[in-house]
Amino acid sequence: MSSAFARIQGLPALAAFAAGMMGLALLLAFFIAPEDGDQGISQRIFYIHVPIALTAYFCFGLGAWKALLLLWRGEERHDLESYVAIHQGTIFGTLTLITGAIWARASWGVWWSWDSNQLVLFLTLFLFYCAYFMLRFSLPEGPRRARSSAVYALFGVALIPVSFLAIRLAEDFIHPTTFTRDGPQMTGTMFTAFCVSWAAVTLLAYVLYRVELVGKRLHTDLRELREALE
Amino acid sequence: MSYLADVAALTRKDLRVELRAKDTLPAMLLFVLSTLVVFHFALPEGTGEDAAYGLLWVAIVFTALLGLARAWVPEQEHGVFDGLVLAPCDRSAIWVGKSVATLAFLLAAQVVALPAFALFFAPLDGVALVGVLLADIGICAVGSLLAAMAAAGRARELLLPLLLLPLSIPLIVGGVGAAISTEPGRYLVLLALYDGIFAVLSWASFEYVVTES
Amino acid sequence: MIRTDRLEKRYGARRVLRGIDLELPREGFLLVTGPNGSGKTTLLRVLAGLAAPTRGKVEVDVHRGQVGFLAHEPLVYRELTALENLDLFGRLYRVSERRERIGMLLERFGLWDARSERVADYSRGMSQRLALCRTLLHDPELLILDEPYASLDEKGGALLDHELDELAGAHTLVVSTHDPARVAPLATQRLVLV
Repeated sequence: MSSAFARIQGLPALAAFAAGMMGLALLLAFFIAPEDGDQGISQRIFYIHVPIALTAYFCFGLGAWKALLLLWRGEERHDLESYVAIHQGTIFGTLTLITGAIWARASWGVWWSWDSNQLVLFLTLFLFYCAYFMLRFSLPEGPRRARSSAVYALFGVALIPVSFLAIRLAEDFIHPTTFTRDGPQMTGTMFTAFCVSWAAVTLLAYVLYRVELVGKRLHTDLRELREALE
Repeated sequence: MSYLADVAALTRKDLRVELRAKDTLPAMLLFVLSTLVVFHFALPEGTGEDAAYGLLWVAIVFTALLGLARAWVPEQEHGVFDGLVLAPCDRSAIWVGKSVATLAFLLAAQVVALPAFALFFAPLDGVALVGVLLADIGICAVGSLLAAMAAAGRARELLLPLLLLPLSIPLIVGGVGAAISTEPGRYLVLLALYDGIFAVLSWASFEYVVTES
Repeated sequence: MIRTDRLEKRYGARRVLRGIDLELPREGFLLVTGPNGSGKTTLLRVLAGLAAPTRGKVEVDVHRGQVGFLAHEPLVYRELTALENLDLFGRLYRVSERRERIGMLLERFGLWDARSERVADYSRGMSQRLALCRTLLHDPELLILDEPYASLDEKGGALLDHELDELAGAHTLVVSTHDPARVAPLATQRLVLV
């Protein structure tokens, strides 16, 4: 069980660092960065919302990468790594949708807008990965479940460009855009705040990923120990 | 080309089994026709034609789901699936055979449903039909793989729609676009792209999904 | 021909096979016995290549086209006739002189008269005899039979006795059974699972 200790080493320090980064990011976002003339206070949510969205994509990408490793190398540990990454991805995905709705409400007075390509793309992907869990929970534990999950995770990544293209084309016949959302023009301070926030959220996601992985592995180790004692 | 011979034998087997059992194809046919009748009542007076095309695609996807849910049932009876997996043939041939057979059933149901739709709701030109064909290929390719995944677990009838619906969104966009857009070519390209990418992915990953070693 | 090293198979938390070591040379006959739930079927499935071990290694020196596996289920299509089933598997296994071989096997196992009937109309004993035909169709080097006597009728049982007699010594066999006395004289090795 020394491997378990090795996995945990350094993690508390990393977690503390991540917490610190998040604190700094929030400070920059809500107090230090200048207020945007057009959107006011609501614009500050942008510093949180966009990094969270990017991190969700990153987690799904990590999950797909681990899935590929599982299929390619056949090492069982990649299955759990892929699952945890996708789990984190859906958590951050939920946060993306929530913060996005808050921002939309604050900026334009609506909780949702079908006109935004990115939103619809994200929603499609989010639903796709929610179904991933349905798949996993209905299959019995074993190589079949690991492989099916991995293949499905890879399909998700393939879906991204195809969905993007589809949604772009669909602009034609889904009602025409009544307003566009330009990326905010960022000044130097804004850009720094954004980058710090992005780094902080990504780091947070990584720490959560590691923590969940450690937790699940301990659980498996415990189960195997119990079995061995029987 | 023994691979093609294997695929041919497997496709023939699937068609033969369905012709004897006669449960999937009649159900699909009845379902799609009933759905069209429901649409007649569901669409309010004065709705444009475009809405009808949208509903057509919903009907197609759900009819396909019906067919796909039953796609692997013959292999689950008497544990035949193990028998196929043990054979020395390439496992992906099993997927090709099943996809082609499912596509045949879907097209057979559409041969009746599409003229009915064109007659009672909105016209379908050649381009729209090409769109239907391309989308059918995509649905059957991906659907056969997903159905095999779901078949290994419990609640498989619930699981298959959940897995397939997000993946079918680009196909619906392509299909509806091909029917109503003034520039349908782009939508056909989207459909062809989808088919290319996902058929290859499904073909390559089938082996992994059905074996343990 | 077959070697396992500390073979373990686990389904979720349950360990079904624990630390199995075995070595079976070519033309050997391994008899596997044990009570219900001891993992006989799991072991045979691992040897056949249908299941992967959770731990340990298994080496089978023969390509899967040379393996014949008889399971509890007959592994044949309900809606097809015996002829159609064997024809399909004959093609997939690239059996030479397919038609002759199918005819010979059907006759040997007393199914020739029922060859054009659907398997759905067969009795359990007949389906299992057809399963035997399917297993022997491609003349495999390695035969893995999971409780072959279990669903055979008396006639089928006698046919199987005769068949095993001929196969032992010329092919490698792994047979699991509840009734070891019947097969024991032919066996060269024995494995008891607990």
